[in-house]
Amino acid sequence: MSVAVVGFAEAPVRRHGDTTTNGVEMLVPIFHEVLAATGLSRHEIDFWCSGSSDYLAGRAFSFVTAVDAIGAFPPVVESHVEMDAAWALYEAYVKIRAGEASTALAYGFGKSSAGQLRRVLSLQLDPYLVAPLWPDSVSIAALQARLGLERGLWSEKEMAEVAARSRAAALANPNAQLRGDTSADDLLAQPYVADPLRAHDCAPIGDGAAVVVLADAPRAGDLCERPAWITGFAHSIDSPVLGARDLTDAASATKAGRAAGLDGDVDVVELHAPFTHQEILLRRALSLRDGVRISPSGGALAANPMFVAGLARIGHAARQIHRGGVRRAAAHATSGPALQQNLVCVMEAS
Amino acid sequence: MAGHPVPAPSVRSSLAGARYDAPGAGRPVRAAVLGTGQTEHRSRRSDVSMAGLCREAIDRALADAGTDWSRIDAVVLGKAPDLFEGVMMPELFLADAIGATGRPLLRVHTAGSVGGATAIVATSLVKAGVHRRVLAVAFEKQSESNAMWALSIQPPFTMPVNAGAGGYFAPHIRSYIRRSGTPLHIGAMVAVKDRRNGARNPYAHLRQPDITIESVQASTMLWDPVRFDETCPSSDGACAIVIGDQVAAEASDRPVAWIRGTSMRSEPTFYAGKDNVNPRAGRDAAAALWAATGVTDPRTEIDVAEIYVPFSWFEPMWLENLGFAAPGEGWRLVEAGETAIDGSLPVNPSGGVLSSNPIGASGMLRFAEAAMQVMGRAGEHQVPNARTALGHAYGGGSQFFALWLVAATP
Repeated sequence: MSVAVVGFAEAPVRRHGDTTTNGVEMLVPIFHEVLAATGLSRHEIDFWCSGSSDYLAGRAFSFVTAVDAIGAFPPVVESHVEMDAAWALYEAYVKIRAGEASTALAYGFGKSSAGQLRRVLSLQLDPYLVAPLWPDSVSIAALQARLGLERGLWSEKEMAEVAARSRAAALANPNAQLRGDTSADDLLAQPYVADPLRAHDCAPIGDGAAVVVLADAPRAGDLCERPAWITGFAHSIDSPVLGARDLTDAASATKAGRAAGLDGDVDVVELHAPFTHQEILLRRALSLRDGVRISPSGGALAANPMFVAGLARIGHAARQIHRGGVRRAAAHATSGPALQQNLVCVMEAS
Repeated sequence: MAGHPVPAPSVRSSLAGARYDAPGAGRPVRAAVLGTGQTEHRSRRSDVSMAGLCREAIDRALADAGTDWSRIDAVVLGKAPDLFEGVMMPELFLADAIGATGRPLLRVHTAGSVGGATAIVATSLVKAGVHRRVLAVAFEKQSESNAMWALSIQPPFTMPVNAGAGGYFAPHIRSYIRRSGTPLHIGAMVAVKDRRNGARNPYAHLRQPDITIESVQASTMLWDPVRFDETCPSSDGACAIVIGDQVAAEASDRPVAWIRGTSMRSEPTFYAGKDNVNPRAGRDAAAALWAATGVTDPRTEIDVAEIYVPFSWFEPMWLENLGFAAPGEGWRLVEAGETAIDGSLPVNPSGGVLSSNPIGASGMLRFAEAAMQVMGRAGEHQVPNARTALGHAYGGGSQFFALWLVAATP
């Protein structure tokens, strides 16, 4: 059963966005947008799946009231992952392949600004031995960056160049949070936030939501002029023990990329790299050749709403195909400390 | 699709991802439960960590399925809110312990229905031809926090109840009693049945062979009309299920439970016209399951049902919601003893949620117990000649429903 991405919409990503922690205020407008673009009514969506986090909202069952954004009456077939919504899209893709749905909608929402994000993410760590030390997400990424610097895998200048390119690319993305023309030299003049990371090396904290619509072969062509056919979709996870894996590599990303059929034959790749050095790391882990366009949306360094940004990468990559001119695009999503869990989705034009 | 040629999925095989070269790729395949495992459920499993708790259930499921880690392609973990244990997305730190490292790992959270939803996601992975064998795991270690207060949430724009799940559901139960004219001893009858059933189940948290209607009716009133003995416990526990495709099922030298069908439905917590006694999402989920599996009269065609009954009164309510009885008539099945383990429709022979309630695992326990019945592996609480069984879970404000029908034959 072939499956295609036929629609994508995202909310503008903003620090302290005008939304409650259930995301409804961000979701309703983008549901309208994506349904209007595909010509679908909400009653024609066979399966709904969302990704979000109770810890981000600071409340148990935070996804429950997000169902209000669907208008889930009559009752709908619906599920939820406590993960970035890229994995919700994977679950939806599996539902269609299993013949249980011919259309599906995945959405993610996250009010990253509701708490102290870097401390909230500390609670993803081993609660017995690691989390009690409160290593925060930026500091863990800094350890990873330092290891790569010492091994000569990247330099601070190369990291700054990633940031400058991301911000410049984001000038064309009205939903991005951080954009502008800047030079690597200007960025390198800034102080460290967590040595060797400067502010530009870290994704901004932003609230956001995104939605992606899938359809099977009989439906996709009716809903979208140029569907982005999914030719490979896979994910994998590495050990949580930070000292037990090579932090300068991401074996699970390599594995996911191979399983999804990501090879040199790809025009555009949207990478979910919340830190500059992670983009360089991922290009190597995914064996991306030099000419590939990386994250024309600006990527996670321009907008990184938690539990949304991975799904948005897939949406932006699909949009490249929807607009024409791009034959093959891929997207990557990550979750967990220091790129622990990784997903790759490869898409093709007809 | 005229004019839209579809590129063929690339043919690649990997432990990590979609197995496009699987036999029957592109064509839904049959799925079956190969084995199940669960922990001893207790109010405090302070002898094990979260990893140890999950592993206890997983090791038993792998052994029951007659398989090992080398043949597990993916892991799906389900649990209810992360705030119960105080760990954000605990599957990340559990990846090694639950055998997910180097494999695809999904984490499901659909409130109280999550155990059922997790088994359904694993089933879809097999039915889609993506994987041959998938391990589904669900757990809750409620002793890490106070579940009642974790359930007393303050959603935006909604008056908080601040009285836990019992305080939320008690008015719905009172409404059921008023609407159906149910005699007040029915709640106690269900509690006695389930706790005595639990006494036959070596894994059950509460095992009370001597409980009586009188003792239940003498227990403390918690949320009128729900008494202490009519309420589920708060448990530490885990459950695991190995689900395989037809090839894996036919290679098994033990009986398997064929998954005839699954269904899920969700509706909002609140909306104009919401019927909390007989929610539409539950009725729709049941109707979809019966239609998909060709069941026209569940009352006679289903041999045993494991239904998510956290407060005793929900047994007659869900019997009606699922279509086993007409609206207002479910209590008559209870009163006539039809839902007892030797009745015509045994409900919760395992002792159910009233005997063990690790919330995130409670739904999967219902699904696993249904499978155990049709595999003939339910031990002292085996229903003789069980051939078809229903597993049921629900969650949120009676708004998320997950069901499966398993059978001894495909």
